Amino acid sequence: MSTPKPKKKFSRRKFIVRSTVGVGVAIGATYFTRPLWRRSLAGFANSAELPYNGSTDEPRLWFEVTAENEVILNSPKVEMGQGTFTGLAQIAADELEVDIQQIKVVHAPTVSGNIDGTSTGGSTSISSLWQPLRELAATMREMLKIEAAKQLGVDAAALTVKDGVVSYNGQALTYGEIVRKVAEWEIPETPALKDVSTYKFVGKPVPRVDLKDKVIGAPMFGMDASLPDMLYGAVVRSERIGAVFVGADTSAAENMPGVVKVVKEPDFVGVVATSQMAAEQAKLAIKAEWSTERNWQSEDIEAMIKVGQGDPVTIQKTGRAKRILDNEEGVVTAEFTSPIGAHAQMEPNGAVAHVEGDKATIILSTQVVNLTRQEVAGRLGLSPEAVNIIPTYLGGGFGRRLHTPNAMQAAVLSKAVGKPVKCFFNRREEFQNDTFRPPTHHVLRGLLDEQGKIKAIEHNLSSGDVMFGSPMFPGIAEPVLGADVGAWRGGMIQYGAIPNFRTVSWRVKLPFATSWWRSLGLLANTFAIESFMDELALKAGKDPVQFRLDHIQEDEAGHRLREVIKAAAEKAGWKDEVVNGRAMGFAASTDARTPCAQVAEVSIERGEIKVHKVTCAIDPGMAVNPDQVRAQCEGSIIMGQSAAMYERMFVKDGQLLPTIYGPYRMALMRDAPKEIDVVILENADAPGAVGEPPLGPIGAAIANAVFRLTGERLRSLPLAIA
Amino acid sequence: MTISFNINGQPTSLDVDGDTPLLWVVRDMLDLKGTKFGCGKAACGACTLHVDGKAVRSCSYAVKYAEGKNITTIEGLSSGDQLHPVQQAWMEEIVPQCGYCQPGFMMATAALLSEIPNPTDEDIDNNIVNVCRCATYYRMRKAIHRAAGLQSQTAKNQPS
Repeated sequence: MSTPKPKKKFSRRKFIVRSTVGVGVAIGATYFTRPLWRRSLAGFANSAELPYNGSTDEPRLWFEVTAENEVILNSPKVEMGQGTFTGLAQIAADELEVDIQQIKVVHAPTVSGNIDGTSTGGSTSISSLWQPLRELAATMREMLKIEAAKQLGVDAAALTVKDGVVSYNGQALTYGEIVRKVAEWEIPETPALKDVSTYKFVGKPVPRVDLKDKVIGAPMFGMDASLPDMLYGAVVRSERIGAVFVGADTSAAENMPGVVKVVKEPDFVGVVATSQMAAEQAKLAIKAEWSTERNWQSEDIEAMIKVGQGDPVTIQKTGRAKRILDNEEGVVTAEFTSPIGAHAQMEPNGAVAHVEGDKATIILSTQVVNLTRQEVAGRLGLSPEAVNIIPTYLGGGFGRRLHTPNAMQAAVLSKAVGKPVKCFFNRREEFQNDTFRPPTHHVLRGLLDEQGKIKAIEHNLSSGDVMFGSPMFPGIAEPVLGADVGAWRGGMIQYGAIPNFRTVSWRVKLPFATSWWRSLGLLANTFAIESFMDELALKAGKDPVQFRLDHIQEDEAGHRLREVIKAAAEKAGWKDEVVNGRAMGFAASTDARTPCAQVAEVSIERGEIKVHKVTCAIDPGMAVNPDQVRAQCEGSIIMGQSAAMYERMFVKDGQLLPTIYGPYRMALMRDAPKEIDVVILENADAPGAVGEPPLGPIGAAIANAVFRLTGERLRSLPLAIA
Repeated sequence: MTISFNINGQPTSLDVDGDTPLLWVVRDMLDLKGTKFGCGKAACGACTLHVDGKAVRSCSYAVKYAEGKNITTIEGLSSGDQLHPVQQAWMEEIVPQCGYCQPGFMMATAALLSEIPNPTDEDIDNNIVNVCRCATYYRMRKAIHRAAGLQSQTAKNQPS
């Protein structure tokens, strides 16, 4: 396939070219100039796609070439396991004409500029950088060739480039040699991009660029950071929902061994000590006073999350679904629920902060580099430029690090003692102060016609907030969007050949923080819709796979969905019958334009659901790295299985429980399917979302298989058989 | 109190409160950051290291009990540039995603293979009980079997 030649040229104003420590060069560019909010929100509303959001008027730094002929790629996106650094390295290497081994991807610190103003999230890193990064890399390559031509005294068109070496007639210069002699860069028009089929790295299962470091245990995470003369901080956190900090008796903590200072702020109290243990022990000795309005219980929350309560917004409407379903005979109605879910990422939240006079340095795992900087700067009364956020590899993100007020607290503690301070949550604090996946309630109604096809279908969903209330989109998402895009992600009916369909989202504000959790509403919404589709298929006496195919519209999205459904069924050897105590269950979803279908093979062993094998077909458009697409599918399937089968937070006497792994039951090795078969289709000409879409179908696929084994339709997550 | 032990083959003496969890001694005093904090209650296994060859969850192991013992962390699992068969298998299967929990899993696996050189799936289910939120279990299981193969090959190639 070919790529049309881009017509734009990077203006000189938008590039900076500089020497880094005397041995390198950097180029940068700002990319989009349309207002951030309009672009972001419009993208979100249409397809859950979030464009890359570089700043509009500050130069950005992308590449540095070292004397060793290594190219450092300053990534505006963070690496949290999703494999983005590897994909970016592949994309850049192909256009730069260097070997992948010559590329080193690093997190851009805010001081050097190249950060994404919104976030790393929504499965958008590769898709949003696909075009800009290739154009930047190609421009950089041409700049190097122009300089090489000058230095060799030949025409640039006569040069050949391979593995970062520019050659002409026996003469050769490495990129590293070229950049040392450049006085002023000439910036050409953005060159035509290479044909995708000629790429050496894009499209290949290149091993992760961070593989070795992660296998030898290299210090790479926020929690591994340390600075000279660093102290350890701890902050007292409430264990109760809705607690407001009133004050604290710190007398017992003041004189404990190792305590350097107790820090009292209007909104929190913390302590700084000489070791992690001393800080934790001193924290336990602080008697904080909180005001709480009531003792929340699980029943209170469940009573709030009900379709019919709160504010409804119709987010999808074709035909006359409501009128038909309100008035005609034979309507099938079913209700589904999902519980509060915890992120439970392995690396706790926290930061290493060093505030020195009028500047601050913060090292941490964050998905919102820019927001972290703004919040720290605001709290310290500094300009954002005075705060350098140094992002690290994340010990899991999953949306938990889309708000990092912990960075402000670490900064306040550092400022109070005038030294670097490392301050992290403990696990109990993580579980009780999470920004949870909101609980949901779904009411599905459907009606079949005489031929056993769906005449009308309606999905009403009630959810706590996901996007609304997020500091990432302060005050703007609600008036622009009307309904919470995060909550209804995956909630729309994807079968466009149904003549009448309608989706209504009901918003409920909960008394504790709910927010982004990998795939947002997709997990619960797909569980509800695809369980209901199975129910309708059986009522119609149709095969569930064929039933789905029968309701898909004739357009590009329909084609891609149809193909993954067929591929999954074929690869799994789909059979709607119980064989040797095992049954298959089928489900499909479309998320951020990526369709995904899964077949789960399930049995009941000793009264428990056992998932043996999952077959997954996904169409991310184009797979930059097929091995990492596979890895994301495998991980999403088991994480989704974990959420669908085991995970649940309770509310008891005003507390969110449990507070530790184990009691917060998650899938372990013994629970994970021993076989996962992934089929990758590529039915578009650019890479799309990968990291979240495969979380969609798994819950319904398992539940649909269980129905075949037990005759019992499971309507609540986590799935449990009677 | 003064506590002495060998860590990754190096004799070490430290003046430390004996009740300090071994994890914090390893990470903050010895600056070996490969051993991770996950929960502090021995519930997730991110902090797994070896004490006298046995897998131990170091967040809940007071340093005083390490007196005179041999401790191995992920940094000491390989010998020089030669990766341990478990690490080699992890490379070949491209197991890690975020990577945070992986040292704990590799240490738990290395300890398992020293007791059961060719573990069955059931052995793996019963013994590898750490938590991975990226849920890399599918590749980990493959890597554990692969590591067992690599290890038996290494053993065969060594002169007896």
